Amino acid sequence: MTVLLEMRDITKEFPGVKALDRVNLSVAQGEIHAICGENGAGKSTLMKVLSGVYPVGSYDGEIHYDGALAEFKTLSDSESRGIVIIHQELALVPQLSIAENIFLGNERAKSGVMQWQETFSRTVDLLAKVGLRDAPGTLVDKIGVGKQQLVEIAKALSKHVKLLILDEPTAALQENDSRKLLDLMLELKAQGVTCIIISHKLGEVRYVADTVTVIRDGMTVSRLDAKGLSEDAIVRDMVGRDMSARYPERPRVAGEMVMEVEGWNVWHPDHAERQVIKNISMNVRAGEVVGIAGVMGSGRTELAMSVFGKSWGRNISGTLKVHGTPVDVSKVDRAIDAGLAYVTEDRKSLGLILDETIRFNTTLAHLEGVSSKGVLREAEETEVAERYRTALATRTPSVMQKVGNLSGGNQQKVVLAKWLFTEPEVLILDEPTRGIDVGAKYEIYSIINDLSAQGKAVVMISSEMPELLGMCDRIYVMNEGAFVGELDAREATQERIMSLIVTE
Amino acid sequence: MSSQSTTEQGAQSPLMAYLKAHMREYGLLFALIAIMVFFQIVTGGTLMRPVNITNLFLQNSYIIIMALGMLIVIVAGHIDLSVGSVMGFVGAFAAVMIVDWGLPVPLAVVISLLLGTVVGAAQGYWVAYWKIPSFIVTLAGMLVFRGLSLWLLQGQSIGPFPPTFQLLSTGFVPDILPRSATEGLAALFGARNFNVLAMGVGIVASAAIVWMGLRARARNAAYGIELEPSNFFWARNAIVIGGLLFLTFKLSTFRGLPNVAVTMGVLIIIYSFLTQNTVIGRRIYALGGNEKAAKLSGIKTERLTFLAFVNMGFLAALAGLIFAARLNTATPKAGFSLELDVIAAVFIGGASMSGGSGKIVGAVVGAFIMGVMNNGMSIMGIGIDYQQVIKGLVLLAAVIFDVYNKQKQG
Ligand SMILES: Nc1ncnc2c1ncn2[C@@H]1O[C@H](COP(=O)(O)OP(=O)(O)OP(=O)(O)O)[C@@H](O)[C@H]1O
Ligand SMILES: [Mg+2]
Repeated sequence: MTVLLEMRDITKEFPGVKALDRVNLSVAQGEIHAICGENGAGKSTLMKVLSGVYPVGSYDGEIHYDGALAEFKTLSDSESRGIVIIHQELALVPQLSIAENIFLGNERAKSGVMQWQETFSRTVDLLAKVGLRDAPGTLVDKIGVGKQQLVEIAKALSKHVKLLILDEPTAALQENDSRKLLDLMLELKAQGVTCIIISHKLGEVRYVADTVTVIRDGMTVSRLDAKGLSEDAIVRDMVGRDMSARYPERPRVAGEMVMEVEGWNVWHPDHAERQVIKNISMNVRAGEVVGIAGVMGSGRTELAMSVFGKSWGRNISGTLKVHGTPVDVSKVDRAIDAGLAYVTEDRKSLGLILDETIRFNTTLAHLEGVSSKGVLREAEETEVAERYRTALATRTPSVMQKVGNLSGGNQQKVVLAKWLFTEPEVLILDEPTRGIDVGAKYEIYSIINDLSAQGKAVVMISSEMPELLGMCDRIYVMNEGAFVGELDAREATQERIMSLIVTE
Repeated sequence: MSSQSTTEQGAQSPLMAYLKAHMREYGLLFALIAIMVFFQIVTGGTLMRPVNITNLFLQNSYIIIMALGMLIVIVAGHIDLSVGSVMGFVGAFAAVMIVDWGLPVPLAVVISLLLGTVVGAAQGYWVAYWKIPSFIVTLAGMLVFRGLSLWLLQGQSIGPFPPTFQLLSTGFVPDILPRSATEGLAALFGARNFNVLAMGVGIVASAAIVWMGLRARARNAAYGIELEPSNFFWARNAIVIGGLLFLTFKLSTFRGLPNVAVTMGVLIIIYSFLTQNTVIGRRIYALGGNEKAAKLSGIKTERLTFLAFVNMGFLAALAGLIFAARLNTATPKAGFSLELDVIAAVFIGGASMSGGSGKIVGAVVGAFIMGVMNNGMSIMGIGIDYQQVIKGLVLLAAVIFDVYNKQKQG
């Protein structure tokens, strides 16, 4: 077995943070190599070093690739050698078509004139390879995240890829979409493409990977053979200790009614004739964690956002009661005053101000709490930010760090901190653990349990069914804008949830 | 889970690393100093003569006042191209009220400021609630109000104003001590007179700057927030205070504190406080940084945008009054293309075109850089043609410097 890539003693520092500390990575020709590690361990940074995003000279250590010393100065240097990276955040242009996106920067043109015929026919071939049958002229923002991810791969394939790097490709995907993508990886492997995949979903890692490298605190901890490897073994190396349970225990108590939604109807903001939420009623009691299950596009996020200050949709009707009294949730600030909080699934564009500090973001939804008569009390603000940083174990040198510089999982903790600080009665969590490592997931689950122990009501939207089954007391099943069933979590199984969705 | 490896930047000393990370702020200060020294030399010392320093304040006050409002508009993610026209229009309307209709000055001033506010509100309404790009709304405003002032003035100048109105701009704050009491001091400095008030204000302000700086440091230290290295802190303060004392000393050996300098100083303090220390200021930065996220955090983004334009209108009106008072006449050309100087000042001061960042101090220093260049080049007798070219290049250089810095920080 020949070694395709060997990264030796890679060290990378940012002001105040040593992101990588003499990391070693060795990838064999033709294998699928998984990199696991907690949020902020340095996985994405390592891949950025490899692909030339951080140019040679900005890090220490050596990269040997394909039998030679590699010194990439830019992304295109590495691409010309067959290394293609698909970043944690998708990099497609939503207003362009699939074909235009695939050949963006690599246009099929003759003396500057686009060759549409060739572009389209090659796109069709590439799409077929990744199992997509959409028209090449379809705009990217008209297809779902799952398909967008496949388009990214098609784009990579258009570049004669030898080493494909996927940074958390399935974080935003539903289970069946994820499975398609993983199968595609296996197929590419059969064709001789070497893959590096970063993922927090250890089940997937076991499914595709041949070898696993675990990174902790910027250092290589272990290199494991994936054959016969248990998830627990990976977790042990990731967090540095045994983790017995994935979901912390919570006593089942259903207190008084906290939130009731009745007859909720919402229409699409652009297509006035399309009803997106159809006559939904639900309730949550104090101390309860209630889940909403459903496939992508079933309207879960739309439901949550329309409840939260009518932030989505139009012609919204229905009543919402908090502690038995109807409340006005027609504006976000009113919804917050009524005790609601909504943790968005899209932290980058809807949850955070990336250019600002952790402190700035933590207090943003509840500035009243750190000000008097409209004047901010800076000392107190810092204290609040520090308090949540400690409580959520956010990894950062200081609360004055820019949120944009944090790793994905730590950004999620900042969003969570922002909403916890509003001290909500009802906390609506939309994919709260997307892109979060096992250890941090456990922490977030514990925080959810603490809240419910204080008599708060928690609503949890998640595409990861084990998470819903592990955390919730009750689960509403949603399909095409309507609730199609309600299950007690003790009797719910993945199969029962899926069959409710399918039979409707 | 919580172990953090904090390191100094490899071989680099922490001082250098800090300087690199904060290049922008220091760079701006150094640029201002360099430009002043340069013109001091090439104008053979004319730049720093007390009378010219006083002039610098009078000439730039209206740009600085408008830059305060423009900074807020730009931080909120918008732009206002109409300020030059609005200021000319308000000045013209004030002239009509005072000179043609004989309205009492205080009443006319209040009406003018209200007019500016209404103009700001009218433009802000379309931008905030109808989501019409501010570039277009204010471009329209720029044409409309330029036209309206031409119409008001019938293409002619109106003036002169009564002396009470001129005080707005050319007046000086009377000294606290009678002339006879300060003769000794004046003799000591070899000047004809010495204004104790002006010097006193300079000293008090310097002390306040150091005191507040030290307090902020102590607070940051208590929370483990990265501190400016102490030698940098003192060096920066020495430069700022030195400059301030020097300027106020020069002013005190001429006619003391100009009224506009006081107005301007008070406004700068108010707006710095507003942007840095208040809830509304914080929300404006959030709005400019990520409007959707701000909205989902319960911030009334439309109302804030609206208010930013209302405020801009008010300040443009104030600038219009001061400008008219200084020229002692309202002319159809008043405020012509001044919006460009104001916008340039804000960008030179480090604000970002995409909104969400920029500081009042930066905008003020940016305006001073523009002002010193205008003044210095005029003293040297450089033609208006070259002046424009040079100012344009300085703006470009400042922004390139910004972008370059950002890229290097990765
Ligand atoms: N541009 C930057 N400036 C400062 N610090 C940074 C920067 N980029 C990353 N870091 C820091 O480097 C560390 C590693 O980040 P990285 O994004 O590689 O983590 P990760 O392992 O990919 O985590 P996740 O699973 O959350 O995506 C983190 O502590 C992060 O805060
Ligand atoms: Mg990452």
